[in-house]
Amino acid sequence: MTEAAGRCPKLGLIVNPVAGLGGRVGLKGSDGEEIQKRALELGAVPGAQGRAAQALERVSSIVNTDIITWPVEMGEDVAKRCGLDPTVVGSIEPGKTSAEDTRHAAAGMLQAGVDLLLFAGGDGTARDICGAVGSKVPVLGIPAGVKIHSAAFATTPLAAGDLASLYLQGRVSALREAEVIDIDEEALRRGDITVRLFGYLKVPFRTSLIQSLKSASGPGEKVAMQAIAATVVEVMEKGVLYIIGPGTTTREVMTGLGLGKTLVGVDVVEDGRIVASDANESQILSLIAGRRAVIVVTPIGGQGCIFGRGNQQISPEVIRRVGRENIIVVGTPGKLNTLAGRPLWVDTGDREVDGMLYGHYRVVTGYNEEAICRVSG
Amino acid sequence: MGQRDITKERYSDGKPVLRRFHQARWDEPIIFELSRAGQRGILVPEVDEEIRARAGDVLATLPDGMRRKDPPALPELSQPQVVRHYARLSQENLGADLNVDIGQGTCTMKYSPKINDQLAANPKLLDLHPFQDEETVQGILEVMYRFEQILKEISGLDRFSLQPGAGSAAIYANVSIIRAYHEARGESKQRDEIITTIFSHPSNAACAKTAGYRVITLYPDDDGYPDLDALKAAVSERTAGLLITNPEDTGIYNPKIAEFVDIVHGAGGLCSYDQANANGVLGITRAREADFDLCHFNLHKTFSTPHGCGGPAVGATGVKEELARFLPVPLVEYDGDRYRLDYDLADSIGKVGSFHGVPAVVVKAYAWAMSLGADGLREVAGIAVLNNNYLLKKMLEIPGLSIPYAKGKRRIEQVRYSWEKLAEETGVHSEELGIRAADFGVHYWTSHHPFVVPEPCTLEPTESYSKDELDEYVAIIAHVAREAYTDPEIVKSAPHNSTVHTIEHEPFDDPSQWAVTWRAFRRKVGGD
Amino acid sequence: MSEQRPPDYPYIPNSVPKVKEQMLREVGAESVEEFFEDIPDSLRLKGKMNLPEPLLSEQALKRHVEGILARNATARENLNFLGAGCWQHHVPAVCDEVNRRGEFLTAYAGEPYDDHGRFQTLFEYASMMGELLNMDVVNVPIYDGLQAAATSLCMATRITGRRHALVSKAIGAEKLSKIRDYCRPSADIELVGFEAETGQLDLGELKGRLSSDTAALFLGNPSYLGTIEQAGGEIADIAHEKGALLIVDVDPISLGVLTPPADYGADIVCGDIQPLGMHMQFGGGQAGFIATRDEEEFVMEYPSRLFGIAPTRVEGEYGFGDVAYERTSFAVREEGREWVGTAAALWGITAGVYLALMGPQGMAEIGEGIMARARYAMLKLDTIEGVKAPLFSTPHFKEFVVNFDGTGRSVAEINRALLAGGIFGGKDLTQEYPKLGSSALYCVTEVHSRQDIDRLVEALREEVA
Repeated sequence: MTEAAGRCPKLGLIVNPVAGLGGRVGLKGSDGEEIQKRALELGAVPGAQGRAAQALERVSSIVNTDIITWPVEMGEDVAKRCGLDPTVVGSIEPGKTSAEDTRHAAAGMLQAGVDLLLFAGGDGTARDICGAVGSKVPVLGIPAGVKIHSAAFATTPLAAGDLASLYLQGRVSALREAEVIDIDEEALRRGDITVRLFGYLKVPFRTSLIQSLKSASGPGEKVAMQAIAATVVEVMEKGVLYIIGPGTTTREVMTGLGLGKTLVGVDVVEDGRIVASDANESQILSLIAGRRAVIVVTPIGGQGCIFGRGNQQISPEVIRRVGRENIIVVGTPGKLNTLAGRPLWVDTGDREVDGMLYGHYRVVTGYNEEAICRVSG
Repeated sequence: MGQRDITKERYSDGKPVLRRFHQARWDEPIIFELSRAGQRGILVPEVDEEIRARAGDVLATLPDGMRRKDPPALPELSQPQVVRHYARLSQENLGADLNVDIGQGTCTMKYSPKINDQLAANPKLLDLHPFQDEETVQGILEVMYRFEQILKEISGLDRFSLQPGAGSAAIYANVSIIRAYHEARGESKQRDEIITTIFSHPSNAACAKTAGYRVITLYPDDDGYPDLDALKAAVSERTAGLLITNPEDTGIYNPKIAEFVDIVHGAGGLCSYDQANANGVLGITRAREADFDLCHFNLHKTFSTPHGCGGPAVGATGVKEELARFLPVPLVEYDGDRYRLDYDLADSIGKVGSFHGVPAVVVKAYAWAMSLGADGLREVAGIAVLNNNYLLKKMLEIPGLSIPYAKGKRRIEQVRYSWEKLAEETGVHSEELGIRAADFGVHYWTSHHPFVVPEPCTLEPTESYSKDELDEYVAIIAHVAREAYTDPEIVKSAPHNSTVHTIEHEPFDDPSQWAVTWRAFRRKVGGD
Repeated sequence: MSEQRPPDYPYIPNSVPKVKEQMLREVGAESVEEFFEDIPDSLRLKGKMNLPEPLLSEQALKRHVEGILARNATARENLNFLGAGCWQHHVPAVCDEVNRRGEFLTAYAGEPYDDHGRFQTLFEYASMMGELLNMDVVNVPIYDGLQAAATSLCMATRITGRRHALVSKAIGAEKLSKIRDYCRPSADIELVGFEAETGQLDLGELKGRLSSDTAALFLGNPSYLGTIEQAGGEIADIAHEKGALLIVDVDPISLGVLTPPADYGADIVCGDIQPLGMHMQFGGGQAGFIATRDEEEFVMEYPSRLFGIAPTRVEGEYGFGDVAYERTSFAVREEGREWVGTAAALWGITAGVYLALMGPQGMAEIGEGIMARARYAMLKLDTIEGVKAPLFSTPHFKEFVVNFDGTGRSVAEINRALLAGGIFGGKDLTQEYPKLGSSALYCVTEVHSRQDIDRLVEALREEVA
């Protein structure tokens, strides 16, 4: 439902006005009222408005849209600053917005039937929106937060504007599932990192404005995942426990077995059957006691981490018992290429286990295709 | 009388100013739209009366189901209309004869000397049938033989087949030879893996896969070289071979290449050197010195034969003596007196292409090599590399552009640049810069699979462009990059001076809209 | 500084020493050697390549190459009856005119904006082939008919998810060799014989060999031996009944008169476009085509490029691009979809010119004319004592098998004698088809006059008498 379909497309806009507050003053993230207050005291300048404006200006220079947004600093201001005449719905208490407001706004946009929901914020904002709308509407993030792990964001505000325009014009129609990473910021400030895969958002996917030529065309991301899954399923042995980590790629392995996957959790499979869904560390440990087990993992998010981010259930103890030789790393060529040559890494919280994991791995990248990738700390 | 600087409009500070280019825009209809019933473009020879009388109604001999009912709905045009149609379309095509064609990096768009085309259009070649008696084709066999000797010297390898139809076909032939070699040793079942690198041409991986191999890809290390430790981790008793380019598409020469070869040899695999583009190393380093077992050259790249919009072409495949028995048949042999075709290779992989490949391309490549000799080929490499490093210096003066990897190292014959910074700062992407560059009459290559280098741009100046022409190209790119900062919209809405305007891409991926033929287009869009 | 001398190399502008020095200065290098400093000494070629002395002047080069080529004796200087995959047809002057234009000849792979002409001409080529073949999808040419055959079979294995493939025995040895090498990872090839009397595919054997694992039957029509298959529709039904595809390899120049294979049930049609405007050039004018219906499951399995037409942002303007470039296998099975690369695009443009010149009437006339000449030749040859022409009792298109068993002479002997008289006899089939005895494959096209054919007949009559 875009411009090509003959009507003016509807663009939803949500600005998390406090996103990014913490980062500039050395606070890890901006979750919580206290932190926001401290950040402001420390001299933080809200950046989300400016970033949202950059993206929105880009959109409005390219495509005519009906802007639907939330009041005052949650979008209205930005839209008006860009000389637009938005439809404003909902209500807030200016200066005191919270995660709850983000969720309300997202639900409101869904109800208003927007074609695309553009939001400015960080991982926390993505999490709140994901919780409210899931994959019911295409979403795109304007990066404005402290930590951006989620793959729901464009690389820059301008890039977000461009991609949004192309999508609204109907020139980009592909959507992909982007991982939403949930970092417990409070724990992060204490020095503990607990990262969880929260869920998935549907994000417009721009392959290339120009079709690529000359090269042998590789299969798309989805097909690459299916190819990887076929390869893994083929090598699965009877009587062995398979610990399947979270991720869209590993989910295809489960699909290949005809099983459903706990999207953000760890499942354990034996002989084509699920023996534990969304298993925690202790369940996994008791299952594999005295048994041969294999771990199947994929890098989470765009950072190339294979252990320690989003899959902590596969703990150092689990890894130690399974053994390095029983780890299958899978990842699409597209994902590996985004690392631009940087190695994969691990941060399990156990230095000994990390050390054991360093070195080169054969990463399954397709059917009968592997890449040799280095894993470092 | 006062002197007037008559060139001041063309040059500024000794550098050429941007040309006010406008590509031919004929708005030429599709050929079917030009059709009018009854027009003829050419007449076919009449059938002799006696033949007609004797043969009778030949169509009546056809069974009912085999006789065409409706004539094909081909367009009907007079000859001058056909000529004008194609002449106009040719003007809407930017051949290397027309532009500073350094923007199609990795393609080696060098000058294709006209004399070589003329030599290959000789009726003494055009009118040869591939199955003629050897006695009647001594001339073309001699050219093929002589050219093979030249390739042997350039590569240091021992035998060549000129049969593969281009680079990818040559890679496929090499993979087939690797398979045949292991088969002959009874190890083909065990050796089911081919190793390649991410910056090698993607056809290496694709061909190995087509041949049934598991493909293992090495990613670069921090400096952009293929990772030697990754190779060590990759090789095993399953290794059939290594397919690798050097320098890779980044233009960086891998100095550890001999170690790569040794490691793979140590594991029992063979090593194939993808020299599709050998332009920067002619007479400098060879497959032999690094101990490669196989290699291939694209005659339309290094050896100057015209690219023909994408073929016909030749991918010459070379091997060490011990692998010669696996080459495609026939090979050209010379006994000091006569040239002959040898089909008698018991272990040959068979045919990879029709007949003898594309001999006309071999004639052109042979003439090119003969016009240069050893010193000239060395000069080709030297100037190609000088041009490249000169271009690199000038390009890096443009804000927003950088080169990844191997900081401070020289590049060989091409460079993969990155506009990552410009894209971040302006939102303008590499490919958009490229389309805008077309407004000034140059190509700008946008395919750099895989996209490991963000916002890539690959330039390969070859030896065929003058310093002024390189400066002109840089000036165009600098101008477009400046526009990205000052007026991004003009870049994003390009092309403005080209044959057509922005093309809608959605239909190409939508089965209900895509149209590979005019009849499909009429049916889907016109409602026929 | 010494006086600047002119460059030795007219193709290398910056070989002028002064320019070279200036450029080196600008990049801060002492000499060109510096650029190669990353190449270790152990890998450097020691000394100079041992190559023939160059022929620096264009005149010397021309004399040298023409001198060598002069040793050839051509099919035009002689009378040629060789075919077998490379055929002597008239090449219209306009074909050469167009494919020698530098704009096409020296272009490569630019975007649809700078290289619009290449996209449109190749789209038009595919469109005209589509009319000839009565199919909606035709690829940008690949290397040759051999590759087209092998790729068609691979496509069929991917589309059906099956490995077994049947190939008619009336196929050239080179094509079969290519198929066997190329399809080995994806298909198990089995041959189906033809009837000794008629040369028609043995339908009984076909039924026996077809199974629920058969991906396709590959059939030449006209076959390699020149025979026209009578039962196209029936063969298609038999194959389809088992869920197998029918692949027909067709000579495109026959389609002005012969039914396009799609009309009798072919699912994939392939072949070589050399007859459509390409000189034989010792086999260098080959280019392969593959055509299918416009169905997603077929389109998605092409490894080659497909150029499509689309609107631009200006009303009424045509733009072009690659259809389904990110082509994907539907189910992930076996190997990928081969590769795409430089192949034979210029011959596609040329074949388009050929078809545009010929039009529907030209194609009908040339097809009928070829059949008439071939039939005349067969009738006349058959009057020679001991010679049987054609060997198979079935209609032929432009090629036919001539059997010399009754003469007691080998084809090699006969061809040697013909050559002495300036005639290139038909292709010797003795090795390819030992069962056919002393047989040769003759090819007659529109280039042959009645006098040419009569001359062959008389020469043969004399030789075998």
